[in-house]
Formats: sequence, C-alpha cells, structure tokens
Amino acid sequence: MTDAEIRKAFIEELTKVAPDIAPSDVGPDDHLQDDLEIDSMDFLNLVEALHKRLGVNVPETDYPQIATLNLAAKYLAARLG
Amino acid sequence: MAVFAMPSLGADMESGKLVEWMVKPGDAVKRGDVVAVVETQKGAIEIECFEEGMVESLEAELGETLAVGAPLATIRGKGEAPAEAAPPPPKEEKPEPEAKPEPAPGPAAKAPPPAKAPPPAPPKPPAHVPGEAPPASPAARALAAERGIDLSGITGTGPGGAIVLADVEAPSGAAPAAAKAEAPPKAKPGLDLDQMRVAIANAMARSKREIPHYYLTQTVDLQKATDWLAARNADRPPEERVLMGALFVKASALAAAKVPEMNGQYGADGFEPSKGVHAGVAVALRGGGLIAPAIHDAEGITLEDLMAAMKDLVARARTGRLRSSEMTDGTITVSSMGETGAEAMTAVIYPPQVSIVAFGAPVERPWIVDGKIAPRAVVTVTLSADHRVSDGRRGAKFLAEIDRLLQEPEAL
Repeated sequence: MTDAEIRKAFIEELTKVAPDIAPSDVGPDDHLQDDLEIDSMDFLNLVEALHKRLGVNVPETDYPQIATLNLAAKYLAARLG
Repeated sequence: MAVFAMPSLGADMESGKLVEWMVKPGDAVKRGDVVAVVETQKGAIEIECFEEGMVESLEAELGETLAVGAPLATIRGKGEAPAEAAPPPPKEEKPEPEAKPEPAPGPAAKAPPPAKAPPPAPPKPPAHVPGEAPPASPAARALAAERGIDLSGITGTGPGGAIVLADVEAPSGAAPAAAKAEAPPKAKPGLDLDQMRVAIANAMARSKREIPHYYLTQTVDLQKATDWLAARNADRPPEERVLMGALFVKASALAAAKVPEMNGQYGADGFEPSKGVHAGVAVALRGGGLIAPAIHDAEGITLEDLMAAMKDLVARARTGRLRSSEMTDGTITVSSMGETGAEAMTAVIYPPQVSIVAFGAPVERPWIVDGKIAPRAVVTVTLSADHRVSDGRRGAKFLAEIDRLLQEPEAL
C-alpha cells in the first residue's frame, strides 16, 4: 500500500468509528485523544477496524505510535512492509 | 385494552416527537419490543413496550410532539377478546430488534430489568435470506411502496438490520448503505446539542436543588489491575481486549450490590432500592453533551460481556439509538475520565438515582508498598451520594469494596 492509501484507510476507519468527525477535521498531527476527543472505547474500535481492514494487529504497547495520522501512516507502513 | 403512553425518558422530559412507528395495527408485541422511535432532547430513543398483546390501534401521528403520558397506541392484552379476529401478522413484517433480553414477568408498572444485559448489536446487519421480505418498519415500507423501491435492495440500519425510514429516504438511485458510508452523518441523528444542554442543565439543577449530596474520595492502588489487564490483553486481538473502564463498572456494580443504599431510585415515596444493579455508563459526546444509558444487571455479567455491552452502548450513543429502558432504568452511574485528563472528578447525581461514582484518570505516583516507597498506578475514586438515603459510613464501605475488588482483578 502507498502512503496515500494507508492514510485514506486510516481516515475512513476513524470517521466510521467517530461519525461526528469529518475527514477534513483530521489534521496530520492532531492527537486522536487530546485534539479530536476520541475516547478509549473509540480508540479500541479504531484499532479493531485497522486490524480487520489492513490485517495489522496493533498491540496496546504500540498505541502511542498511532496517536496521530502522521505517526500511524509511518507505523502501519512499516508493519505492512 | 392497555393504553401505551409517551414515557418519561429522563428527569426533566416533558414531551417527545414521534418520528417512527416500528409496529402497525395487528402486530403482536411483547415486553421489550421496540414499538416506536421518539426524538427527545437527548436524541432519538427507541421506545420499548411494557405490554404483551396485539397492537389494536395507533393513536398518534408521525411528526406529532406529544406530552409525557399522551396515548401512543392501544394494545389488546393477551387473552382479551378482540374486536374482531385479526389475522396473525406475517412474520417477515415484524421488525426484529436485536436479540432482546427476556424480562421477567411482574405486576410492576415498569418492566422489571432483564436478567442479562443485551448482547452487542451485530456490527453489520445480518445477512438476509433471499426470497424473504427483509424486516422493515411500516413507515419505511410505506415510503418504499410510494417510490417503487424494492426493499430487498436496501441494507437496513435499524435494530437487527431492519430497514428504517432513513434507509429508504436516501437519495433515489444511490444505494443507501454506500451513500451512508461515503458521507457519514456529522452528529448523532435527531440530536440537537443545544437541546441536550438544556436537558442536562435541568437535570443537574434539579439534582443540586433537591439532593443533599455528600462526597467521599479514596485513592486506589491500581497497579495489580493495570498489570493484569495488560497481560490479559497482550496476546489477544483487538476484538477481545477489555478496557480498564469495564473493570471500573464491574467493580462499582459489585460494590453497589453489597451496599444497597447506593443502588436504586428516589421516587415520590422515598428511596426504592433495586435488586439488580443497572449501571449507567456516562458517555461524553464530542461537541458537548453527556448521556448515561444503563447496562442492566451489570453485577451479574462477565467482564467480557460487560465490555461488549459497553461497546454497544457507546456505539449507539454516538451513531444510533438508545432504548427507553436504558434511559430510565439506571440505578447508579459510573463516570470515568478515561486514560488522560483530570486526576479526580466529583460528579453530580443523576436523578432519580442516589449515587454516582467517578474515576479520575489513572496516574503513576509514589506509593507505600510493604513499607517501601514504590511507583504505582493509582486512581482517585470519588463517590457522590444522596444524604437522604445514606451516610458517610455506608459510602465509605462502598468505596472500600471497590478498592478491594480492584485488588483482585482476575475475580471480576
């Protein structure tokens, strides 16, 4: 997957988990929990959705590495690599 | 005959707008069936039936704003003589809400709590059997017939995958499900955040006016629970992970079962303790607002089932619909700050409940363990309780019980 495809997938799954967030609201360095007000349940749902869509199982210890769109794109690219 | 009336869905609800019927005359209904959808200040709520029998007639029009207590439908009880023999409703026309709890029979006007929390809504509507008409609400059917739309081509977003009005209302030509996926709604359907603020203001002002609160705080060593949870989740896929919030709800529910003065509702005749612990789980909505739907009998379900029920509640609070019993049956509320945020929270009781327990964000602090200072994860737990019902000593017992339970997370 290209970087753009990973970002698109991430944003799509994020806005499905949190339908009140528009794709345009998601800044590349916005912290999902602090800036976008995603709570721990939403975050877990996102991790679950990424697992289903991309086949990447993000362990809890790696959660900080997907805390923003930029971080997640990098992390997921490496895991998919 | 029984009149099914607009229920009160919150401390300060005066009226609701009928937006959808899920039944029609001739349909068989039983306790717990979703019969209508009503828009309130807290969003669209699925109204459940407390009667068993057959819908004789609908007494209210879609779009009508009706006062609490206004008749919505007449329901002929089981065994009552019908005005005339009505044909049994065709099975496929009955909207099928998701697996419903089986409420125990009882004479109380209010349905007794179900024995178990409902399982989570299926993530996707169940596959429809070809050749059978898909479950759909009468309003959806009527509109589909009017527009000449084939219901079998529509993916339902209602309970149990039932097709609801909004599914049919999607732009003609576009597949509703696809259109929805591309342009998800910005906010919970039928929710006006200004109206919700008014509802919260009224309920909280009433609480502070009427309930003499007292507050107790205890800092609980959370290291064992943190370690246990991390180990438990480490080798599990995301689908099977449990959040600390579920441990907090379970511990609170078990503690409330031991200290009955914390668990119940304060009505016109004073405090009525509840047998089951129906734990309201406070869910913060982005953009403002708060809703605390209840998980029935939270003390008796496994941690995994509780986690699933919480996931379901949060999902429906955000995007779908909550049910009337979830809005009214709560006997205690649990509010959790989550992983980040303030260390402690002192909450306001949600009437007619008599207690609310609030967990701050867990933090790492120097702590004395076996006579030595050690870094430990701790959480500050604050109880707000109603002094008309209990005193500090009972409240302290409740907090001590939560503390004890969190030291044995594997037993939760």
